[in-house]
Amino acid sequence: MSRFHFPPSIHSRPVYGTLAPRAGAAQIMLADAEGAEAILSVAQADPELMRRAHVIYIPKGTGDRFTDPLRAAAPDILHIAPSYGACTQRLHRVFSAAPMGAQIYLAGTEGLIGQAMALALQIGIPKSAIQTEHRGSVARRVQCVHCKGITEDVMTDPFQCGHCGLNLFVRDHYSRRLAAFQGVCIDAEDPGNVPAPVELYS
Amino acid sequence: MTIQFNDETFRDDYTFRNSEWAIKRFPFPFHEDSYMYSVNMERHRGGPDGSVYAKRFDVDEHYIAEMRDRALVLADDPLRCQSLPHMTLAGWDLLELIMVSKSEDYPDLFELHRDGTTWRWVNKPLGIDDTFTFMDEASLPYGPMEYITRQTQGDFAVLDQRENNLWMDAGMVTTQADWSLDFDIGMNFFEWHAPVPLAHEMGVFKRALKFLLNVQQDSPARRLNWTMTVNPLLDTSPENYHKWGIQKTTLTPENVGRKQHLRVELQTFYRLPRSNALVFPIRCYLIALEDLVTVPKWGRRLHRVIRDLPAELATYKGFIDNRPIILDYLSRFDDGLPTSPGIWPDIHSEPPLQT
Repeated sequence: MSRFHFPPSIHSRPVYGTLAPRAGAAQIMLADAEGAEAILSVAQADPELMRRAHVIYIPKGTGDRFTDPLRAAAPDILHIAPSYGACTQRLHRVFSAAPMGAQIYLAGTEGLIGQAMALALQIGIPKSAIQTEHRGSVARRVQCVHCKGITEDVMTDPFQCGHCGLNLFVRDHYSRRLAAFQGVCIDAEDPGNVPAPVELYS
Repeated sequence: MTIQFNDETFRDDYTFRNSEWAIKRFPFPFHEDSYMYSVNMERHRGGPDGSVYAKRFDVDEHYIAEMRDRALVLADDPLRCQSLPHMTLAGWDLLELIMVSKSEDYPDLFELHRDGTTWRWVNKPLGIDDTFTFMDEASLPYGPMEYITRQTQGDFAVLDQRENNLWMDAGMVTTQADWSLDFDIGMNFFEWHAPVPLAHEMGVFKRALKFLLNVQQDSPARRLNWTMTVNPLLDTSPENYHKWGIQKTTLTPENVGRKQHLRVELQTFYRLPRSNALVFPIRCYLIALEDLVTVPKWGRRLHRVIRDLPAELATYKGFIDNRPIILDYLSRFDDGLPTSPGIWPDIHSEPPLQT
């Protein structure tokens, strides 16, 4: 099962819902990996809606497990992208051209949802037009508060910053602007004393 | 009175010192012998002569040195000062508020001469004499918020008000108690306070927000907050925590009185006229324990507060590991006598330490 119930946390930590079909002049859907399942359940609930849908999908290691079912759901446009970075310009273009009343569906990992949410809001799409659903990996996108570098798909706490190399613990404090959790040096007061990494939510 | 400005540092050799004057006017934050969170907000309309409440933007002996330290922090990390694009008007509001207040409250130190939109600002302590066009960004060397807050002690959070919430959309933050403007910019009131333990459950932030949303022009508010800092380090930022965190481990029974500082924030809140933003100056005052205990009432009370503070708060404030050393030291200045209510030193009415 690709759904995970996050335990209650602090106020800055995002919470996610469940995608549901909503009437709208345009239907823009973005998903990565198991996020496809959330799109597929929207398609199942309202097959007609898919005829107006522009779907951007990043398989992220799931191969063609979801690409064939997505194609079978017959969206108006289906774009398969190799990474979020690769489709950012396209997404920018699609969000910018979205008419009033467009509906946005974001599904998959927190990093993907957070970045696309920040982009959509920056472009001026109202928050009320954006639905999110977390699926798949609980990996986090984390900003090192020291060097400001962002490390994608962090699976353990602590972890080593991919930019400056400091050992960071992963806080629940989250910036929607950066679409990232905060990582803070774990051994500042006792250099070298770094606990063994533990998988997030294990 | 004329202020004698100190030549001192808040880093490396830490030559920061409080004079006798600065000690007696220190904003001691505990009005009773215990502490818990509360919405301890009151009107900010002056206070006893010479106290840190007396003027709208208090200037003290540390002014020049603090501005020098701020410039060093900004050179190292310009992200400590940021303003989202819609906040420029609030920046001008803030510049006006500070220039008008300081020139009225300290006419011997600051002058503001206005002729229509042509303004001349004279800052004698910092040797600045600039003429610029109000509301024309190109006429200043920095944006308006950065320009004026490079010349004003304390951090500044400039909060946009919309959707019944406050949004941290601009700020100058170089003397912070371990929070990051760069990370928190754009957050609402509940989000940027998210990491604070216990207070959410107590409803403190809901009540505080309700109060702040209703702060009116010309009725600023204030409160005190506090934490503990080893060495008189102004820049206790998360950005540099991997550099300064280790200093917390240098505390010993021999040096605790000199090294351990009580860090107090005088937080004030002003409604800004054009932007309807709320500016939230957070002014940091530091005092070494050995100076603080020269006021008998404060020595007695600080011991009791630190001793009885819930472990969660001592952890959040970052001194749980050092609490035993601090308490050993402070207990020598607590003879068990009762203390008078309120924050003031009451030097002449409170008994000296009984030994």
